[in-house]
Amino acid sequence: MRPILLQGHERSLTQIKYNREGDLLFSVSKDHVVNAWFSHNGERLGTYEGHIGAVWTVDVNSTTTLLVSGSADNTAKLWDVSNGKCLMSWEFNTAVRRVQFSEDDKKILLITEPRMGFPATLQIFSIENGLTEPVSSEPLEVIHPQGPKITVAAWGALDKYIVAGRENGSVALIDPQTGECVSTNKIHDLTLTDLQMSTDRTYFITSSKDKSAKIVETESLEVLKTYVTDTPLNSAAIMPKVQEFVVVGGGQEAMDVTRTSSRQGKFECRFWHKILEEEVGRVRGHFGPINTIAIHPDGRSFASGGEDGYVRVHHFDDDFFTFKFQI
Amino acid sequence: MARFDLNNLPEHEEDIDFSDIEERYQLSFEEGFDNIVVVDNLPLVDDTKQEKLIQFLRKIFKNVGEIRDNHFTMPKAQNEKGKLMSKGFMFIEFETAEQASLAVKLIDGFKMDKSHTLAVNRFTDVEKYSTVEEQFHAPAEEEFIEKEHLKSWLADELGRDQMVIYRHNDVQVLWNMQKEQPQIAHSKPNWTETYIQWSPLGSYLTTFHTQGVALWGGESWKKIVRFFHPDVKLIDYSPNERYLVTWSNKPIVVPEENNETPFGPEDEGNQIVIWDVKSGALLRTFPSLAPPAAGARPTVSWPVFKWSPSERYFARVTPGSQISVYEAPSMGLLNKKSIKIDGVVDFEWAPLSAAEKEAAAKTGRAKDDLLAYWTPEVDNQPARVTLLSVPGQTIIRTKNLFNVSDCKLHWQNQGDFLCVKVDRVTKNKKQTSSNLEIFRVREKDIPVEVVEVKESILAFAWEPKGERFAVITTSDPNFTSATPGSTTLKTSASFYYLDKGKGKDTLQSFKVIKTLTGKSCNTIFWSPKGRNVVLATLRSQTVWDLEFYDLDFEPLESAAAKVPTGGEKDPAAYLQLLASGEHYGVTDIEWDPSGRFVATSASVWRHTMENGYQIWDFKGQMLYKESLEKFKQLVWRPRPKTLLSKEQIKNIRKNLREYSSRFEEMDRSASSQVSSAERTRRRELLEEWANWRKRVEADLASDRAALGQQLAANTDDEEAEEVDEWIEEVIDEKEEIVA
Repeated sequence: MRPILLQGHERSLTQIKYNREGDLLFSVSKDHVVNAWFSHNGERLGTYEGHIGAVWTVDVNSTTTLLVSGSADNTAKLWDVSNGKCLMSWEFNTAVRRVQFSEDDKKILLITEPRMGFPATLQIFSIENGLTEPVSSEPLEVIHPQGPKITVAAWGALDKYIVAGRENGSVALIDPQTGECVSTNKIHDLTLTDLQMSTDRTYFITSSKDKSAKIVETESLEVLKTYVTDTPLNSAAIMPKVQEFVVVGGGQEAMDVTRTSSRQGKFECRFWHKILEEEVGRVRGHFGPINTIAIHPDGRSFASGGEDGYVRVHHFDDDFFTFKFQI
Repeated sequence: MARFDLNNLPEHEEDIDFSDIEERYQLSFEEGFDNIVVVDNLPLVDDTKQEKLIQFLRKIFKNVGEIRDNHFTMPKAQNEKGKLMSKGFMFIEFETAEQASLAVKLIDGFKMDKSHTLAVNRFTDVEKYSTVEEQFHAPAEEEFIEKEHLKSWLADELGRDQMVIYRHNDVQVLWNMQKEQPQIAHSKPNWTETYIQWSPLGSYLTTFHTQGVALWGGESWKKIVRFFHPDVKLIDYSPNERYLVTWSNKPIVVPEENNETPFGPEDEGNQIVIWDVKSGALLRTFPSLAPPAAGARPTVSWPVFKWSPSERYFARVTPGSQISVYEAPSMGLLNKKSIKIDGVVDFEWAPLSAAEKEAAAKTGRAKDDLLAYWTPEVDNQPARVTLLSVPGQTIIRTKNLFNVSDCKLHWQNQGDFLCVKVDRVTKNKKQTSSNLEIFRVREKDIPVEVVEVKESILAFAWEPKGERFAVITTSDPNFTSATPGSTTLKTSASFYYLDKGKGKDTLQSFKVIKTLTGKSCNTIFWSPKGRNVVLATLRSQTVWDLEFYDLDFEPLESAAAKVPTGGEKDPAAYLQLLASGEHYGVTDIEWDPSGRFVATSASVWRHTMENGYQIWDFKGQMLYKESLEKFKQLVWRPRPKTLLSKEQIKNIRKNLREYSSRFEEMDRSASSQVSSAERTRRRELLEEWANWRKRVEADLASDRAALGQQLAANTDDEEAEEVDEWIEEVIDEKEEIVA
């Protein structure tokens, strides 16, 4: 399995996303640029320039027409995927840590950081017909969540709930209409670093600094599976097809990395069997912690973005598709 | 009691009955004699020699306390010649009862000369025992409590070996399961406070606590005995685990009151204690040696006391002056004086061979033990290695050495050979070189062979029970640099064998089998059964190589054919690298006692990188690997000597195929059992997941329908579109005019 190295960023990666068809890959990093790539050969399609701070997060809608990005420059921007035009720029008091399109593509969810006296907020904006009509700069909803700081969030199935992961390792179900916290469950010991939904959004995977990743049912917030590793995890993704696998990655804290060898830092993508909770393999290559992992919607390849500034796109070998667990 | 009747008073005083008063106010005289002791087995003397004897006794009892002149009482009687002679015993009165009891403790058993061993007893004791009833009353018989069999683990049907793993605060005794996860035989959190140690035959597991050490064993892993020694740091067992030596960095403090410790006032300030393992009794305490120079940091080289293989003697060296040999179990100094040897640096006992052990067990009499020591150059005397027999103290062999900077004594484990690794300095004192002086102890006059090694020797090891040895040498200039471990040295490893020569009169000599150059290994681990060896690179920060060698590898036909017929077979042809591996961060390597497996471990005591352990087979194939955070220690449980006779072992070797087929069958069935259990588990998990998915998907579909959304929006699983792209490239274009 020979990886394709995408060397388009000058600083550490923060998030990568495949579009729905999986032919394009969007990556954001601390170097202010959003990059779009062809996933099959690693050619760069283009960049989205305009942010003046580290870009924390990116998401693309299901028809690959609109792209939204959130940045440390206290803005979130809506882009036209095809030509790179910035359609809208929302301004906030603090940095935007997460953005996500709703299942029906009509709304987007944003998390703003608590900082300098401004509380953390979850904001929902309408972007219906965003490609053709001007988008409202006013949010549909502003939620001031109680409790510890929210680090990650995602829409649940049918956009019924928002799932939010907090700094203390708990996850909460929030009703987007009322802004109320419906239920909460403390599933990790340390802060949540990533939360990715399954294809139908009925369950999701969380990764945490407590060195474990967990699969949780959206409706009940019940932990279904646990994957325990020996290193703090920064990202976890569910393989939608081909194999019942999950991929988790992380590594030693970035601040400690210079003191250790790359081997000891455990900068590997680890493959676990989703249902049997057994580790099946590892992919090495990064020489810094892995910050983000995304899997091709067809399960043909996966990409990882690291603190080292590289995106590595791996296309699976044939034996990956024929691999069978002895049952 | 007679009532006092005023009307009927007795006429005389004698008639009054005082018995009641006497009974009430009787003095107890016994207490008054507590400060008197009786000394027996004294020589018989007359008046003329009495003063001399008393003077002598005064000297002996000097440590106990002053005795006044008239406090010696020696009864005399006339013998048949009519001469007034003493009766051979004497009463001595001390100032206090404490002095008397100290006298009993210290002087009882004192050897005055060959025929007179003093017996000192309390006077009150003599009184007490003289009033013992004549009739014998059998003491109530204590019910026999069967002790657990301490070697029960050897009866394992599969012949597996045990190991103990110490991780974070947990201690686990595990069965080695080869490729599977080791099976827990017993586990206990916080079993020990610092580390764990097996006794040499594997009967006891030793745990360390601030109060002392505890020994555990048997099938139920009950505490068998504990030894009170505050802040104990190091322990050492005698070879047959009969005695235990403990050392604490804190001198023993004996509390003045309520002394519940096993220590008495004479143990105050001592640091080394010798215990009897079976009874749990304290045998003797010793002080640590004073540091060589005042103010120098005291260093401990452990074990301080080295046990002779027969377990009859233990000895320690006072560097520069003497070796003190003590007898067990009496704990007395052999011949009451240490062996004075000017300049002595170190010594080692010669191990016993299996045959010698057998013979000793049969006759019950062991022959003299042998020890080797070396002395450096002193004045005009050259450095010297000496073989000395104990207790005979006859010097069996000496060898003079020149220009010696350091020596190290290596006995082969059967006591057949002694190899002295000699480090020499050249005259300019810049370069060092080493050579090996090999004593062939079993031969007449003990010939010494010198094996020259040009380079510096990093490691040396005899093959157990064999006639071969391995050395690792280096000529790397970094070897002498001040920071060891900072760079990985280039080394070479050599194997030597004893060439018996042809015919009777040719000289035997050690010859090189093969030298492997360009290595980085620095340690040698022979299999306890010989033949196989692991060369490893430890204490390096970049290299963690392991190399597995076989010295009796049957060469392939083609290789064997190359050997000229009739000629001596080349031993190098039998040396084969079986496999090489790597264990990242390895710190410790140990063969299991059967010589079938090797455990390599990375302990958190040295670094925190990927702590854990790996199990390899002797062929160098990794069987099992486990990463454990805060992993500290893995130790195989030693096995005692086999009970099979030589013939039986030979027989098994011969019929190995029969035996092995049975075990292979067992292995197969075990592995299929395990995997079938594993498969059921997996199937259940998958089923559970499938059921859950079915339910959730149905719920989602109905919810979606209720919301009036189309299903199609999210389930358009259209076939992947294949786009064929044809790219035509014009490479070259030429115009030619066709005529």
